[in-house]
Amino acid sequence: MWQFFHRLSSPPYFYGFAGRLVPWLAVPAALLALAGLYGGLVLAPPDYQQGESYRIIFIHVPSAWMSLFIYMVMATAGAISLIWHIKLWEAVAVSSAPIGAAFTFLALVTGSLWGKPMWGTWWVWDARLTSELILLFLYLGVIALYGAVEDKRTAARAVAILALVGVVNIPIIHYSVEWWNTLHQGPTVTKFDAPSIHVSMLIPLLLMALACKLYYVVVLLVRVRHVLVDREQSSRWVAELVK
Amino acid sequence: MKPIRRQRLILIVLMVAGIGTAVTFALRAFNENLMFFFTPTQVVAGEAPPQNLFRLGGMVVDGSVKRPGNDLTVQFGLTDSDKVVTVQYTGILPDLFREGQGIISKGRLRDDGVFVAEEVLAKHDENYMPPEVADAMASAKAAKAARESVQ
Repeated sequence: MWQFFHRLSSPPYFYGFAGRLVPWLAVPAALLALAGLYGGLVLAPPDYQQGESYRIIFIHVPSAWMSLFIYMVMATAGAISLIWHIKLWEAVAVSSAPIGAAFTFLALVTGSLWGKPMWGTWWVWDARLTSELILLFLYLGVIALYGAVEDKRTAARAVAILALVGVVNIPIIHYSVEWWNTLHQGPTVTKFDAPSIHVSMLIPLLLMALACKLYYVVVLLVRVRHVLVDREQSSRWVAELVK
Repeated sequence: MKPIRRQRLILIVLMVAGIGTAVTFALRAFNENLMFFFTPTQVVAGEAPPQNLFRLGGMVVDGSVKRPGNDLTVQFGLTDSDKVVTVQYTGILPDLFREGQGIISKGRLRDDGVFVAEEVLAKHDENYMPPEVADAMASAKAAKAARESVQ
């Protein structure tokens, strides 16, 4: 097991392994997304108060979960790359940022679209919404910092430190609805009690969450492969690859 | 683990812990500013800023929604299940506004204790269920209440 991880850290080995893995994950991701969307948009009953508009949670909630999850992956990969100086994990950290930014953006936009008819406003500066917006800026900061530094080794190190500094925001986002009075409602699924959502709505929601997770892994693998080839341009395995 | 790597690990842990502590203290210092709204109890106790714009959050009291005139003016009681503050609002209410629903209103406190709102937002709760389940739960609750009142 340990040996396998060691071998996986070698860029040429990872390049081949990830390339073979992508189709095996992409197809289940697409199938799960189709099942989740069908279950959520067609099969699930309307909500007792919100009617049909609640269906935006099938996009909004998985995106918001992913925005936090991807940040944790990015920060962990950053920590590993700082401690062990492994190029693969540097690539994982920098490749996660654009995907995380996309999910954060999606969560903010869908929340805003739902907020207008339901709350009566597009946006309020409450603790949950503000901390999620800060998360988007953190992702954008990571992307900009990596792009701005010419030497990619140094850039990856700077990015890892920025990602680790921003980690404090993650518990703040999650607990903001419990620590402070907010307009955003409290957690429905991710709490210790039983989820306060009917099972006919919970199943498509979890399917969508799983689909988003697989989608992230697929896009991550593809991006990491590109970063590795780009960073190792002068090495022998890349030369053999393009031949 | 090699000593140099352990050193780097400790450094990272210390950095994250240090930033975490600093942010915790900062948030505690600004705790009040991070609160999105005041509760009716706080308003009755005089903690809300007089003459100033602030937000008031609570549940709409059952049976308290009145329309005094022919225009869009609404009056209702807002409670945190302890104290009640009367709120007056002229305008269009959000979809989720109804009696027993949590809402947040922004406005000023008038001298007679009525809160004049400029904006009313509905606060959604974390429960999602089909209408039939909600009906079933409501009728079960009513049946239970009826049983208890008979006894």
